[in-house]
Amino acid sequence: MSQQNGSRSTEGARVELQELVRVFGRTRALDGFSLDVEPGELVALLGPSGCGKTTALRALAGFEPVDSGRVLVDGTDVVRVSPQDRDMGMVFQSYSLFPNMSAVTNVAFGLRMRGVRAGARRAKAHEILELVGLEEHGEKYPHQLSGGQQQRVALARAIAIEPRVLLLDEPLSALDAKVRTGLRDQIRQLQQRLAITTVFVTHDQEEALSMADRVCVMRDGRGQQTATPAELYSRPTSAFVAHFVGVSSRVPATRDNGTVVLWGRGVPVRNPELTSREIDAVLRPEDVTISADGTGSGAVVHKSFLGATTRVTVLVEGVEVRVDVRSDQASDLSHGDRVAISVVARDVLISPRGEEDVLEDV
Amino acid sequence: MVALSPAVTGAPAPRRRRVRVWRGFVLGVAGAYFLIPLYAGLRFSFQDDAGHWSFYAVAAIPSQVGFSGAFFLSIKLALTTLALTLVLMVPTTIYIHLHLPRLRRMLEFVTVLPIVIPPIVLILGVLRAAPLWLKASPYLLSLMYVILSMPFVYRSLDAGISAIDLRTLVEASRSLGASGPQTLWRVILPNLRAGILSASVLTLALVLGEFTMASLDLWTTLPVWIYQFQQTDGHIATAVSMLSLIGTWLLITVMVSLDRSESRRSRRKAEVA
Repeated sequence: MSQQNGSRSTEGARVELQELVRVFGRTRALDGFSLDVEPGELVALLGPSGCGKTTALRALAGFEPVDSGRVLVDGTDVVRVSPQDRDMGMVFQSYSLFPNMSAVTNVAFGLRMRGVRAGARRAKAHEILELVGLEEHGEKYPHQLSGGQQQRVALARAIAIEPRVLLLDEPLSALDAKVRTGLRDQIRQLQQRLAITTVFVTHDQEEALSMADRVCVMRDGRGQQTATPAELYSRPTSAFVAHFVGVSSRVPATRDNGTVVLWGRGVPVRNPELTSREIDAVLRPEDVTISADGTGSGAVVHKSFLGATTRVTVLVEGVEVRVDVRSDQASDLSHGDRVAISVVARDVLISPRGEEDVLEDV
Repeated sequence: MVALSPAVTGAPAPRRRRVRVWRGFVLGVAGAYFLIPLYAGLRFSFQDDAGHWSFYAVAAIPSQVGFSGAFFLSIKLALTTLALTLVLMVPTTIYIHLHLPRLRRMLEFVTVLPIVIPPIVLILGVLRAAPLWLKASPYLLSLMYVILSMPFVYRSLDAGISAIDLRTLVEASRSLGASGPQTLWRVILPNLRAGILSASVLTLALVLGEFTMASLDLWTTLPVWIYQFQQTDGHIATAVSMLSLIGTWLLITVMVSLDRSESRRSRRKAEVA
């Protein structure tokens, strides 16, 4: 990428989705969904299939009408503005390059639609292709490019028009793992360099946590929690978020004022405002440690090698608890081995027993 | 490949030979079925009444009474039908795919109806119902031919649209600022070229060979003229029908070749780059 392009930047817009409702038959795809995106910010919409994240993105793009609610871009309601007039670049999940056009013509398409003259738009298209590292492939047609290259051209095409908002609809999901990681970093670098307000839909939590300034976890057409990746991971406001973002185990525990008793040890509660008496502790794999002990209360039931660490599932008093162990230590553990288990976290989250949603009383 | 063809590669030699002979036999019978009538027609076209080889029938075609009128009427009807069909069916099929996909089955059913309902029933019904000014115009036939060509045209277009990710292409185009007509012209139609070409070829072939409706509507198109002129001179009528067949083939070949060379040119340009 050339240095001369490094200075290029656009003014990001402020985006506000207010109480969006979209109903398909009996399904409320969006059920009063709201979200604020600051200028130049990258917000990821994360959630399971059918949670409404793609519908929200399409409503923002103008491809999906809303039954009620407002879509504000820099304070102007664009609900009635057609997609071609919203000035938003979009990269799609499936390969969306125009098969009849070369890479450079694809990138120049939006400029052509804006009346930019041939010479200027071709120069600009080459400049943007250089920005995504594809200057050598400008004359190639989509069928001559790999999946990763096609998505980079699609990204170049979307940013060539200098959109006020960039929309990414699971653009990496069709790519293999290695290409996905590389393109993920490239998208983030470009987004930061150009300071384009970006909304990114994904069902991959790793993608969301590694790329976004903030992540909005969605469920049943509503935002469950919008927070920075670190806050979302360490301070989930619902068991659903705790389960969906990262890995967690629910362990029945007893309360003792500001602590919970877990395997004989009192641990401070992170959300003491919860008043329920019957509670579960929500534990991350790194909140717990195990050690080989022939008289320990746990038994190893499963191991998953993750590289530097191994995730060990331990059965303790009828409950499965997942624990991350350094792989060199985990190699000594076998199925059925007895282990001692204890909590190493400074404090733990609690949730009403049997209720998936609540970590705090509202 | 290895896993897919053990039966063939592993089959004993006599059995393979038998399969090859059987294939050749089927191909030969099918070929004879098509080629013998063509050969008979061509031979008859180049013979005189005494059975001698002669070019008189071919040479005499242009000067025959009514030939040029019938020929140009057929061409006119073919082009009008083609234009009407494409204008009607291309946007309709695209719209159904994009906005009313649930109606695809119904449209498929509707477009099959012209195959199920005999042309004679269609034209007799229309002739009773159509206003006089329309009945007096040969373009009534074009309207009827649009209906007749619908099964072939819809299937060609449907296959062409199904081969591309229409919705994503349209949305990508619109997000880049293209209007509906710009998207249709610059994105959809170029990517539907093969489907449109196939629909056009089938429509032209159908119109240039249609007889029933034209004769019942009392218009002398080329097939009707051939039929009528047969009673005057069978050699000339057969020569015209043979040339009409060859002309249609040539037209189809030219259209397909043009499309192929265009695709090759695009590919070569990209490969060079």
